[in-house]
Amino acid sequence: MADEKKLFTVTIDNITVEVEPGTSILQAARKIGGDVAPPAMCYYTKLKDSGGKCRTCLVEVAAGSAADPRPMPKLVASCRTNVMDGMVVKNITSDRVIDARNGVVEFLLINHPLDCPICDQAGECHLQDLSYEHGKGASRYEFKRRTFDKHDLGPYIQLHMTRCILCYRCVYTADQVTNERKHGILMRGDHSEIATYIEKSLENDFIGNVIDVCPVGALTDRTFRFKNRVWFTKPVDAHCNCDKCSGEVQLWMRGDEVLRVTARKDEWGEVKDTSKGETGWICNTCRFERKNASDWIIEGPSQINRHSVISQGHYENAVKPNETIKKVMGGRDPKLLMNIKDVSEVNQVELSEIKGAATSESFKQLKKGN
Amino acid sequence: MKFSDDKLKQVDEMISHYPEGKQKSALLPLLHFVQKENGGWLSSEAMDYTAELLKIAPIEVYEVATFYSMYNLQPVGKTVFEVCQTGPCMLRGSDGIVDYIYEKLGIKPGQTTADGLFTLKTVECLGACGYAPMMQLGPDFREHLTKEKIDALIAEGKTKAN
Amino acid sequence: MGRKLLLDKAHIEGIRHYDVYRREGGYRSVEKALKTMSPDAVTEEVKKSGLRGRGGAGFPTGMKWGFLAKPEGVPRYLVVNADESEPGTFKDRYLMEFIPHLLIEGMITASYALGSNTSYIYIRGEYWWVKEILEVAVQEARNAGWLGKNILGSGFDCDIFVQPGAGAYICGEETALIESLEGKRGNPRIKPPFPAVKGLWGCPTVVNNVETIAAVVPIVNDGGDEYAKLGIGKSTGTKLISACGNISKPGVYEIEMNISVEEFLYSDEYCGGIANGKKLKACIPGGSSVPILPANLLLKTAKGETRMMTYESLSDGGFATGSMMGSGGFIAMDEDQCVVKHTYTLARFYRHESCGQCSPCREGTGWMEKILLNIENGKGKMSDIDLLWDIQRKIEGNTICPLGDAAAWPVAAAIRHFRDEFEWHVTNPADALKRNYGLANYEKPLEIAVAAP
Repeated sequence: MADEKKLFTVTIDNITVEVEPGTSILQAARKIGGDVAPPAMCYYTKLKDSGGKCRTCLVEVAAGSAADPRPMPKLVASCRTNVMDGMVVKNITSDRVIDARNGVVEFLLINHPLDCPICDQAGECHLQDLSYEHGKGASRYEFKRRTFDKHDLGPYIQLHMTRCILCYRCVYTADQVTNERKHGILMRGDHSEIATYIEKSLENDFIGNVIDVCPVGALTDRTFRFKNRVWFTKPVDAHCNCDKCSGEVQLWMRGDEVLRVTARKDEWGEVKDTSKGETGWICNTCRFERKNASDWIIEGPSQINRHSVISQGHYENAVKPNETIKKVMGGRDPKLLMNIKDVSEVNQVELSEIKGAATSESFKQLKKGN
Repeated sequence: MKFSDDKLKQVDEMISHYPEGKQKSALLPLLHFVQKENGGWLSSEAMDYTAELLKIAPIEVYEVATFYSMYNLQPVGKTVFEVCQTGPCMLRGSDGIVDYIYEKLGIKPGQTTADGLFTLKTVECLGACGYAPMMQLGPDFREHLTKEKIDALIAEGKTKAN
Repeated sequence: MGRKLLLDKAHIEGIRHYDVYRREGGYRSVEKALKTMSPDAVTEEVKKSGLRGRGGAGFPTGMKWGFLAKPEGVPRYLVVNADESEPGTFKDRYLMEFIPHLLIEGMITASYALGSNTSYIYIRGEYWWVKEILEVAVQEARNAGWLGKNILGSGFDCDIFVQPGAGAYICGEETALIESLEGKRGNPRIKPPFPAVKGLWGCPTVVNNVETIAAVVPIVNDGGDEYAKLGIGKSTGTKLISACGNISKPGVYEIEMNISVEEFLYSDEYCGGIANGKKLKACIPGGSSVPILPANLLLKTAKGETRMMTYESLSDGGFATGSMMGSGGFIAMDEDQCVVKHTYTLARFYRHESCGQCSPCREGTGWMEKILLNIENGKGKMSDIDLLWDIQRKIEGNTICPLGDAAAWPVAAAIRHFRDEFEWHVTNPADALKRNYGLANYEKPLEIAVAAP
């Protein structure tokens, strides 16, 4: 076809992919998937103008385009930089990127409380994932962590400002998904906070979506507060006839009890589109009021294909994450996956060969046998 | 809070600086104006009124009012000494000025005297580095500060209050 | 005595007002441009002049104007950046306070070149009285027919408004300034798009510093080629330098960019040397963000050449042994000053002024401030110095706007050149509270070995 759009070819971590002009580096990398996709704490596909702020998705542009192959001098925010034809990008294959990302993660953590054990977001927290990948074992920050005055946002939404990383997603959500915004970013610099200035409860029909977009535990569902750890709950897809939203949701259940209702999310943790192709934001009634299994038509277990403790649910149709490390490393296995038997004497023994309880004697015998 | 017709005319003049529909641009100048009319600080009522004048959401005003350092969100003393303490002023002895004000009035940065007459603040660079040490006093700068000048400014503040 | 193009008439009595300004030859550039030149011809003269942005970045002004998008039916804007807030810099205030019509004249001519029918001066709110001076001057120009509809019968309409800020250094960053002018928080925008394509209210916009726009007047009057004859190499024309710190004669000086740093610092025509007969220890030659230099690297480059007051010479040696022209805020420190304490006040400044949008700047600036305060107060550890270095390294280049770099560079340069003074604070905590490290070896002649690449 003559009017077919020419696609741009972009190479990210040695993997080449074709994308439409106007695609961001981040989206191109997500098309490849796996570890090639940079982490994103503030960017959110469904929210216009989001991104660029957290700096976790910085990547190195080794060649700007086929026409102008000069490298870009600074690392760029992949979520807000569009690809050019012939662009070459380095993400996890760039030492500079890893170094900078480690720095960003450290900055995000210096004032973040260590309250994961009592945080409802634990288990589905993007900052936890990020710290696991990039964090240091110990903090180099020796000062008192920042605290804020407590603000009450009403009966539905719990705000923990100390956990906030100022991604601005909830601000864009209120602007773009609800018809009025009552909360915003107040103050400046390291004192910036999410607040309403004058205590106001957030009650707009769609304001509950700020909980779904929050990458950390700053905004959580009060009706689910301390009810359960997410990894003990079973996510199922369900729907209902709702006059405000699509009614297509995810229920987080324990037995027959509906503990929590959220929008359905994709592998990047973003709200999925509905069956009609609209963004699947859900209304407050579905989220907070419909907590009986009988309110819903249950479709079946949700697909959880993220690296996540939630996949501990062991559903039969769970999909293994797309492993791309080998591809990225040019066919080599990464060091971290080296065979444990190469470095540990104990593990040179096949445990399955031990009959009964293992003792040091059984190890010695088996080793001799080898 | 409600402006007289005369004041509303001034507000309209501010809004006239921008194209149709871009009246939000008048927010910073208008907040200065409202603060002056409201006794030197921005109460939440004053900010809500500002939002009403510009037909924007109150949160848009709070976001801006809390961002900029010249807007006071709490009542302030009748005379506010805002002493610059950034590098170039520090080189010329701004610490001594702050100490001297403490010696004379017993207030540290961020505090107001018990009689509500004086507030001391330390601020960052005001662009008068060549005339250091200096402070902002209302809409004016007081430069080349000395102990004698501080004495005079305190006397001036007391006279003004009577 | 060097030539002056901007401030030569600043001290004539009454020059602040229109009548005297006009009598002294004011507004000739507007007449010349509107009556005899096309807008593109004005831009061409600015290109020929080699004028570079005087706000700090030093980007060629003519080139910046050339980038301005010109879609049909979309207004374009010129915004003058008078949000002068970089510590050590107070030159624009001086120009606007004493000779406001020079800025207005430059703005009309520049607006004509760019096709801006409404232009704004965004001035920091603390300069309230200067804002009032400018408003009077704008009204005088309006009354005299230099602003309004169909200026000089040319068909060109132009008006100017003065917009106050309200206390935020970050609004000196051009996209933060535009946000602020739109009545929002001063959060820098993520680029691209650049203001030349999408700026004020989404329209193509040029943001220029006060001094840059004022320089358009002599450039149009005398021609770009004449302007380019002044100065050395790519540092053409004159530059306003605001000198402060421990010098005999702090103030604003217009220099032709062909004098040495030594002449500027020690001659009576300019700074008049270090105050009270003391010795020079260190200097930040271009506003607080640029690297600090010890005395021995300020007056001569690492190659042993005389350092000149030009963009190129001040940055000779890169960050290893050089600094930058920046905004022209020249801060001199005498032998009794403490580099650690000074660096701490700057770190505090940048923490205070960070907008808080992006993580490295929001979190890193406060962290550096806290560590520096500990070191200054004798509570630091040796490892803190390396930690500081690592923090600044992780801020630099990784933020949305240059404030991150501006916060990182002073810390980096202070550690680079004055590490022994930091270490002395750690090893002699009791002493550090009572006295300063002093001049040490900072003015001793450099070993030429430093010149190695």
